Amino acid sequence: MSTDSASLDQLQALADRVIEQARPGEQIEVSVSRGGHTDVRVYQGEVEHFVSAQDQGISVRVISNGRTGSSYAGTLQESAIHEVLAEARENAELGGVDEWAGLAEADGVAVTPQQLWDETLVGYSTEKKIDIAKQLERLAVSADSRVRIDDANYSDGYSEAAFATTNGIRGTHRSNSCYASVSTLAEENGETQTGWAYAIGKNPDEFDLDKAGREASERATRLLGAVKPQSKKTTVVLDPFVTAQFLSIIGSTLNGEAVVKGRSLFANRVGEEVAHPTVVLIDDPTDSRAYTASERDGEGLATRRNVLIENGVLRGYVHSSYSARRAGTRSTGNAIRSGTGATPGVGCLALQIVPGNKSQAELIANVDDGVLVQSVQGLHSGVNAISGDFSTGASGLMIRNGVTAEPVREFTIASTLQRMLLDIIEIGGDIEWLPMRSTGVSLVISDVMLSGA
Amino acid sequence: MSATSLSTEFAPAVLERVLVAGRSTGAGFAEVFIEDKRSMSAALDDGRVEQVTSGRDRGAGIRVIHGDTTGFAHTSDLSEEGLLRAARAAAAAASHGGGGVNSVSLGEMKRHLVNTVQIAPSDVTKVRKIELLSQANDAARGYDGAIVQVSAGYSDSTRRILVANSDGVFATDEQVRTLLRVSAVANGDTGMQTGYDSMGYTIGFEMFDEENIDELARNAARIAVTKLHARPAPSGAMPVVIQRGSGGVLFHEACGHGLEADLVSRGASVYRDKVGELVAAPNITLVDDGTMSREWGAIGIDDEGHESQRNVLIENGVLTDYMWDYIRARNDKRPQSGNGRRQSYADLPMVRMTNTFVLNGTEEPDDIIRNTEKGVYVAKLGGGSVNTATGDFVFGMTEAYLIENGEITAPLREGNLIGNGPQVLRDIDMLGNDFAMGNPGTCGKDGQGVPVGDGQPTLRVTSMTIGGTAA
Repeated sequence: MSTDSASLDQLQALADRVIEQARPGEQIEVSVSRGGHTDVRVYQGEVEHFVSAQDQGISVRVISNGRTGSSYAGTLQESAIHEVLAEARENAELGGVDEWAGLAEADGVAVTPQQLWDETLVGYSTEKKIDIAKQLERLAVSADSRVRIDDANYSDGYSEAAFATTNGIRGTHRSNSCYASVSTLAEENGETQTGWAYAIGKNPDEFDLDKAGREASERATRLLGAVKPQSKKTTVVLDPFVTAQFLSIIGSTLNGEAVVKGRSLFANRVGEEVAHPTVVLIDDPTDSRAYTASERDGEGLATRRNVLIENGVLRGYVHSSYSARRAGTRSTGNAIRSGTGATPGVGCLALQIVPGNKSQAELIANVDDGVLVQSVQGLHSGVNAISGDFSTGASGLMIRNGVTAEPVREFTIASTLQRMLLDIIEIGGDIEWLPMRSTGVSLVISDVMLSGA
Repeated sequence: MSATSLSTEFAPAVLERVLVAGRSTGAGFAEVFIEDKRSMSAALDDGRVEQVTSGRDRGAGIRVIHGDTTGFAHTSDLSEEGLLRAARAAAAAASHGGGGVNSVSLGEMKRHLVNTVQIAPSDVTKVRKIELLSQANDAARGYDGAIVQVSAGYSDSTRRILVANSDGVFATDEQVRTLLRVSAVANGDTGMQTGYDSMGYTIGFEMFDEENIDELARNAARIAVTKLHARPAPSGAMPVVIQRGSGGVLFHEACGHGLEADLVSRGASVYRDKVGELVAAPNITLVDDGTMSREWGAIGIDDEGHESQRNVLIENGVLTDYMWDYIRARNDKRPQSGNGRRQSYADLPMVRMTNTFVLNGTEEPDDIIRNTEKGVYVAKLGGGSVNTATGDFVFGMTEAYLIENGEITAPLREGNLIGNGPQVLRDIDMLGNDFAMGNPGTCGKDGQGVPVGDGQPTLRVTSMTIGGTAA
C-alpha cells in the first residue's frame, strides 16, 4: 500500500490485521502511526533551513506466559510488519516471567473529547510559516539595539495513529500542533547574555508574537552586567518556565512504577502532608488548554484528571495498567510511550499546580530579600529524583525590598525536593501554557541555599 | 536478517539521478544520506528481564543547499522513486523558484570501518546478551545488603551509512556500538541514594571478553552505599580536584561546545575571534579525535561523508582551531574537520564533537590531592550543560568527597558545580600524568543526541562554585 496516503481507517485495518494473528494465550498490542513535521529556521531575515519530513512506524508488544517482548520498525511496509511481529515474539521468549505483565483492560472510563486537530493549521501555507519566523525575529530585535538573533524558528507537526489490542481496546487518533520560538543574544561592553521565548497556539493565528519578541529581548538585556552573588540562604521566585521544569521532576517522583519498584521518595506516604497547604497538584490531560492534552494514554485508555496533591496532602500516584496491577489499584490512564519502540512506561501527561491570583510583581513585592530565577541550567545533572537532592545552576535578578534589583549569574540554588514542596510560600496566578508536559506559574520558595562567590 | 552492504544496494547511477533531482531547482549542492540501523536492547529491573526490544530504522535524508538556505526532506522509502520524491521535496524546500540543468558524477566509493569488529552483535544470541544482565544484577545486589534495587541495560547497534553528494563525495561506514549500564539504589537511615556506572565502546560483543561486568556492577553499588553516609555538599567557591577519566565532560562543556563553528559564526560563543590567543592554562592541550579506535565517539566518516580525523583545538593553552561541518567550512573557505554529525537520517547534520580529551600533564595524581588543603574531590561526574554565549556551564557530581588537609575524607551528597568556561580553563593549575577516557556519553544539541567520548588526567581547578546546601 502507499503509506503516504493511508487514511486513519487504513491504519486501523493494518493494526487489526496484526492482532488477528494472535495465537492462543498470546496478548498483542499494536500501535501504527504516521506523521510529519515542518521546521523553519530563520537567521537575519533569510531562511536558514526548511525541513519537511514524513515519518511512519509500527510498534508491537507481545505478552505470552507472563513474558514481554517488543519490536518496532520505522516503516509500514507489509514485509517489515511481519518481521516486527516475529521479532517481538522472539523477544517475548527471552523476557523474565512477570506475574503482573499484561495489556490494559477496558475500564469503562469514557474519553473526554478534545479538540486536537486544527483545520486552520492544516491549511497554513509554507510562505506564511516562514513569515511567522521572520516576523518573530524582527520583533525580538526591534525593541533594543543591543539585541541580536541566535535563531528564530517555526515548528509544526501532526500525527495520525491507530491502536489495537487483543483485549479489545482499539481506536484511531490524530492531532496537530505548532509553536514558534526565538533565541536572542544581548551584547554590551564585550559581554553577552542570552534570552528566549515561545509562542504557542492551536494554530499560528493564536500566537502572541509581540509578547514573545518582547520577552526574548527583555530576558537577554536584563541580565547584562550580571555578577556572581554572595552565598546565602534565601527566598527564590521561580519564573513560570522554571516552575514547569521543577514540576516535571516532582511528577517523576509520583510515578507509580517508581513507587512499586521502591524508587520513589513519596512511596507509602499517601495521606501525609508533603507540601505547603496551598499546593494542589493535578495531572490533567483532559484540560484542552494544555499543549499535551490528549484523549487516550499509551495503552489506549481514556485520559483523566488525577489529583496528586490536595491542599498539601499526598492523594496518590499516576499509574499504567502494569504499575496499577502491582500496586493493587487501577490504571490512572498514565501509560506513556516515548518514541516508537518502547513498551509503555508511566508518567504525568499534563501536570499543573492550581494557580493563585497574584501577578509575579505582587509576589515579588512580598519578598524583602531573594532572587528571581529566570532560568536554570543542569537540572538533569544536579537533581536526583530518588534521593531528592536538588541543585541547579541559575541566573536571574536579585530581589531587594520587594522589587527586582541587579542581575546575577553563575550561581546555584540547592535544597531537597521534599523541603522545596513544603517551603512553597506563594503560588502566582500568571499561568503559562508551554510546549511541554507541565504548566508554568510563578512560585515563591523559601529557605533555598544560594551558592555563589 | 540480511547484512547487505549499502554500497552494493544502491547503484551510483541511482544516487546520481537523486542528486540531480535535488539540484533541479537551481541549488548548488545536494546530498543523500542513507542509514540502516539495527538495534537491540534489553533491560532488567527489579530482578526481572522486563524489556527485550529490537528495532530497525532505515531511511534517507536528502539535503539541498541553495545559497544560504538548506532544504531537507527524509523518507523511509528507499526505492528510487521514494528517494526522488524526497529529493524533489528538499529541492522545493530550499527554493521556491529557480530551476536549471545540472549533472552529478560520483567519485570512487570510499569504504570506511571504524574498527575491525571481532564479534558482530548479530552473531550472538539474545539469550547470551540477557545473561549479562542477570550477572550484573547479582553482582550489584551481592555487594551490600543495603542495595534495594538494581536496573541494568544492554544495548547494541549496527549503523550502516552511505553518503553521496553533488561534489562527488561517495563513502560508506559501518559503526557498531555495544553498551552495558548498571544503576543501583541503596536504602539507609538517611533515605535512598543511587549509584551508576556504564561501559560502552565502538566494538562488538568482544567487549565482554575484555571488560569486567562484575566490577562495573559492584562499582555502581559501591557508589550508592557510600553515599548513604554522605553529608550535604558545601556551598560556595573552593578548589576542585577531578579524578582521571571522570571529568572529560568538564572540557566538553567548558569549551568543547564553544569551539563548534556553527555557534562561533553566530557569535554565540565566548571563544569567537580567539584563535591564536591563550584561552587556557599553558599546560592544557585539548584534542577532538574521531579516529580514536574503540572509543564511544569513534567514526570512520562523519555523517557528511568526510573522513574522521584528529583535530588539536587547544595547544599548550593557545586556541588553534574550531570544529567544522560542511556548511561552516564552505562559508569560511577552509577544509572540513570531520565533525558534521547527525542523530539519524531524519536529522540535519551540524557541528558535533567525537572523542574530546585533554592530554597528560606531569603531576603525580597523589601529589595533586596532597597539595590541596581544603576542597572537593570529584570521583564521578554526571552530565553537564553550557550556555556557549556566556560560557557559564554546570556539571553534576555523582560521586564526590571532601578534601581536608590533603586527604580525601567524607563522601558528599549530589549537586551541581558551576563555572565559567574561559575562567575555569585558566584556573587549571595542576594536571596529572594518569590520562584515562571516561564513560560513554550522549551529547545533546538542538534535540539531537550523538555518541561522544571524553577523557582527561586527574586535574585541579583552583576555584569552582559547589552547589550544595551546607553553609
